Amino acid sequence: MKVIEIKNLVKIYNGSEIEVKAVNGIDLNFEEGEFAAIVGPSGSGKTTFLNMLGGLDRPTSGEVNIGGINIWGLSSRKLIDFRMNNIGFVFQAYNLIPVLTAGENIELIMHLQGRPKKEREERTKELLDAVGLIDRLKSRPNKLSGGQQQRVAVARALASKPKFILADEPTANLDSKSTTGLLDIMAEMNRKYNTTFIFATHDKRVMDKAKRIVTIDDGKVVEDKWQ
Amino acid sequence: MNNLKMAWRNLWRNSRRTVITSASVFFGVILSAIMTSMQYGSYDAMINNVVKFYSGYIQIFTEDYHENKTINNTFIWSDSLAQIIEDIPEVTSFSPRLEYFALASSQEFTKGTVVVGVDPVQENNITGVKKWVNQGRYLDPDDDGILIAIDLANYLQIAVDDTLVLYGQGYHGVMAAGKFPVRGILKFPLPELNKQIVYMEMKTCQQFFSADHHVTSLVLMVKDHYKLPKAMRHLKAQIKSPFMVMSWDELQPELVQMIEADRAGGLFMKALLYIIIGFGIFGTVMMMVSERTRELGVLLAIGMQRSKMAVILFLETCLIGLIGTIAGVAGSIPVIIYYFHNPIPLTGDAGQTMVDMGIEPLLYFSWRPSVFYNQAIIVFIITLIVAAYPVYRAYSLRVYQALRA
Repeated sequence: MKVIEIKNLVKIYNGSEIEVKAVNGIDLNFEEGEFAAIVGPSGSGKTTFLNMLGGLDRPTSGEVNIGGINIWGLSSRKLIDFRMNNIGFVFQAYNLIPVLTAGENIELIMHLQGRPKKEREERTKELLDAVGLIDRLKSRPNKLSGGQQQRVAVARALASKPKFILADEPTANLDSKSTTGLLDIMAEMNRKYNTTFIFATHDKRVMDKAKRIVTIDDGKVVEDKWQ
Repeated sequence: MNNLKMAWRNLWRNSRRTVITSASVFFGVILSAIMTSMQYGSYDAMINNVVKFYSGYIQIFTEDYHENKTINNTFIWSDSLAQIIEDIPEVTSFSPRLEYFALASSQEFTKGTVVVGVDPVQENNITGVKKWVNQGRYLDPDDDGILIAIDLANYLQIAVDDTLVLYGQGYHGVMAAGKFPVRGILKFPLPELNKQIVYMEMKTCQQFFSADHHVTSLVLMVKDHYKLPKAMRHLKAQIKSPFMVMSWDELQPELVQMIEADRAGGLFMKALLYIIIGFGIFGTVMMMVSERTRELGVLLAIGMQRSKMAVILFLETCLIGLIGTIAGVAGSIPVIIYYFHNPIPLTGDAGQTMVDMGIEPLLYFSWRPSVFYNQAIIVFIITLIVAAYPVYRAYSLRVYQALRA
């Protein structure tokens, strides 16, 4: 089942003198349950592509259809709600909210969704258990290692039961052991919840784990292969 | 996680900065409350000085007397007028006076004086004149003696039980002359009064000026000056020409001007103080928002609406102001209460200036609620203005740019 349909996506940055085509007409689809990596050299347009896919950066032209809805046709307020209910994010720098505990970071998004307290608490524990951090429920991010923070970030991304998760260089700040652990967890989540994962990465270990690799260069898809 | 809880936690992520900013609000509020308390206290004291020493809150006299203060422009004190005044609930007491000038002579010296005929009981109810008797005794209700102010007595070199000769012009040009035994010496805190006043029982005074049943004015008191406007409305509705009703501020316009000028100066100082506080809060809020740009981007990315984010940031700003204000008001209360009960004596030139102005040389403090809640209102308004910045940032933030911050 098609989760994401991207049609002729273009992003042009207008500098003071020069016009840069960061994404130059990408057409791409993602199916439910995919575990895909977007790869390419620095400056190839991976992050820009991911931001447009996630409703964070408006494309110059083209469409991003998620579940049949062109997200860039939504109002700002509806787009935020759409992101909350359909897209999970994992960032390179973890980006947990420092004043919230691990549990509260996960619970926050469900709170924003207006879910009942009991359901929130149960799902928070379930997710923390799934990422192996149930004992760190009440720990603030500054008491967690980088790997642990990124695992909490994965749990947070899954909390809203999104259609897919976008992870921008999720392993870039992690050591080898933490990277392996994190990838195993994400692969497990992918299997367990059938959630689509899309990574932007340079990391060979992520590429090895991905089932599909989309290579972007100069803002265009140059290769799309399954492995 | 409700908005308030989140705002509170955000506030303490950098506790030192929050404490310093709240401390600036705290000191600003304390200084401003004390300054305001001193101002209000001084004004109340000035008004009380004027009102309770002599003028009363309200005076009634004839229009002719207002134009030309001679004994010929007096009026006959009648029961019907007394009844009108007694029926006005805001008026707590009143006293008729007959005031005119005369020459006072002792064995060797003569000096111009103001002779004031009063009902000893009613006058004491209003001005508490009895407590200023320094030597001798106060007047009895049918007393044929006088009370004389201390500086005047010293000038004339007379003492209690001596006789003072008064002479001058009475009603419609009749010669006024008489000898009066000195019953007591008055020592007022106001030097101007000490130089010129002679008190006399009303009937004795009327006989002296050949003005039986005549008075120059009625002096009225209300509970405090907040009751004055209502009392004035009632009196003006019932007392018509040829009489006039005037309040203390109409009788003493120069005092009102002085208070207004001082109030304007105080406002300027407080405005400076609050501008500094405002920029202090603004600096902190700007830093709080700026250093969390990426975090705000994350919140928007994961689905927090801008309105909710704006509310949290707004609450953070309000809480900084609130902590400082509550602490400031709480801190200022004991200081102000202490000085309310123990006014600061003014010495040197400052004290002398006040004495010259006819005011007791004491720095009074006021304890009225507005001294405190005004500061809270001002800080709240400043906070609202400053809070516009984080609210604006919440609505103008671009997610992908914020995430790169």
